Amino acid sequence: MATAEASATSFSDAGEAFESEGADLPPGVGPWKLAWRRLRRNKVALFFGGVFLVLVVLCLLAPVYSHDIAHTGPNTEAGLTATVKIGGKVKPVVSAQDIPIGPTWHSKYFFGADISGRDTAVRLLYGGRNSLEIGVVATMITMVLAVFLGVLAGFYRGWWDAVITRAADVIWAYPAVLLGITLGTVFATGGIGPIHGTFLLAPAIVVGIVYIPYVLKPVRAQVLQLREREFVDAARQQGLSNLQIMFRELLPNVASTIVVFIPLILANAILLEAGLSYLGAGVQPPNPSWGTMISEGISTIPVAFSNVLVPGIMLVLAVMSINIFGDGVRDALDPRAKVRIAR
Amino acid sequence: MIRFIIRRLFAAFFVMLAVTIITFLLLGATGNQAARLAGRNATTAQIHLITLKYGFNKPIWVQYYKTMKNIFTGQAYSYQQSFNVITEVKHDYPATLSLAFGAGIIWLLISVLFGTLAAVYAGRLTDRVLTIVSMAGVSFPPFFLGAIFLYYLGYKLNWFPLSGYVSLNHPWQWFKHLVLPWATLSILFIGFYSRVLRSTILDNANEDYVRTAHAKGLTDGQVLRRHTLRNSMIPIISLWGLDMGQLLGGAAILTETVFGLQGVGELAYNAIQNLDVITIMVIVILTALAVVLLSAVVDILYALLDPRIRLA
Repeated sequence: MATAEASATSFSDAGEAFESEGADLPPGVGPWKLAWRRLRRNKVALFFGGVFLVLVVLCLLAPVYSHDIAHTGPNTEAGLTATVKIGGKVKPVVSAQDIPIGPTWHSKYFFGADISGRDTAVRLLYGGRNSLEIGVVATMITMVLAVFLGVLAGFYRGWWDAVITRAADVIWAYPAVLLGITLGTVFATGGIGPIHGTFLLAPAIVVGIVYIPYVLKPVRAQVLQLREREFVDAARQQGLSNLQIMFRELLPNVASTIVVFIPLILANAILLEAGLSYLGAGVQPPNPSWGTMISEGISTIPVAFSNVLVPGIMLVLAVMSINIFGDGVRDALDPRAKVRIAR
Repeated sequence: MIRFIIRRLFAAFFVMLAVTIITFLLLGATGNQAARLAGRNATTAQIHLITLKYGFNKPIWVQYYKTMKNIFTGQAYSYQQSFNVITEVKHDYPATLSLAFGAGIIWLLISVLFGTLAAVYAGRLTDRVLTIVSMAGVSFPPFFLGAIFLYYLGYKLNWFPLSGYVSLNHPWQWFKHLVLPWATLSILFIGFYSRVLRSTILDNANEDYVRTAHAKGLTDGQVLRRHTLRNSMIPIISLWGLDMGQLLGGAAILTETVFGLQGVGELAYNAIQNLDVITIMVIVILTALAVVLLSAVVDILYALLDPRIRLA
């Protein structure tokens, strides 16, 4: 596209020429915008992202449900002789043979009751709130710490790197569940300092710590590669300090890796919390969580399988939605969008 | 090459040491061990006796040294339950071994099948179906899946027994008791591994050596078998080694508890519930050993298979 203006004779003239040449070109679209467009076209991922949002909203509305619809709290146990009127018939909440009422599909005991007479539906929503809260907080802990330490280790190398990687290896040497149980039990029985098992924060911290190496290693690997590139040298020439280089140059380049990890860690965090609560090392009774509900329900499997099925299905739905949405995000951020076996 | 191996093993040993020290400190830091052992309604005199008997009043590094020495001479007795931990672990190991290896082989074979199919038919219906199946697989917590299997296949249809582990002396019973646990554990890993394999195969499909193979005149099937699949299996094998290491160390605890297989996982779980320090230490050492050794072996295998990695 050589034009007469290209033969300008001074810098400022050349600058003007360049700009006016560029004026007829359409504005560029950055990689994030492109990724967002690709994501929007992925109907399946969007659908499941929506499903997850609906679940979150439902769980956040737990107090509303408990107050206005079911008229009972998540931990209020029905008395031994409590009865409930369903469609004209009066039935005991927990029968004499210790069989709790099954799903009534009415406003009271919509999904039935558990062995202590608590409303399963109400517990489901409150438990969901706990499980999701813990999952989100844990994910934030993991991502912030892992990215920070990973960038530090990858950039400085040397002593920082050695200490951080060894620490990550030590955490990594434990299977996630066992580490979670150990930390969880430690918090539940005695606590360390001010952190106790009755706080929901404790399981969140436990789950958060467990997954740090999972994110730290890839981030560090990427920073190791990036720091050899010319733009880092250029930044240093410009006089940027180490900290500025790390956060203004390296961090944005690691951003797409981070974005891909977030749904993955969230899904795994929710699953781990459920597992820990199931084993008694996470959320402590009487507080509900999907994991504790399943564990309590298993003791009544033959007669009231709904108490296992209902929280379990919610759990699977939530995790699956996050996974599918996360997969969509990963596909959207991948520049080689449509890949086929080469022919 | 030798230096690489020695360096890896040395790092492994260091990590193991750190793991044992940290675990010991963590467990010792939680409140008063003697008070816990004495139980409720214990008098101060009783607590004092227990402290002297087990040496809780000695400095922490002396306690650590004594514990490690007991463990390695086979004399590790649990405080709470007065059994010899080493014997107990040896007793429980066959269950965990059977579960881990059985499931490991099953999921490896099925993942390769699913992953390859999904990659070859990428973008088409088969791929989409398999992707959804994988997603579901990774989203089911093993205790929920196990409960479903137990209820529908065990309780209602009575096809499988409900719990317990039978030793290899009765092969058919051993098998019947393990089918559901194997299925439960495998589904989780199949979901993950088949997707990893699928994306690795697709990544490799664009490489130059694949184009060369096609140019030489090999059919698609031959290219897949002789070149693409072999290279794509490398990350799969390394992941498999790592996961097996974790399983052998007790990571299958969720599956073991649901099905009542008295394996190392359940032992670990009970020990942690009781804060039984000795047992936890032994199992932690076992796990860390399994994981760290297997990961070192996998790293070495990696370097053997891929010359580019040796130079890193």
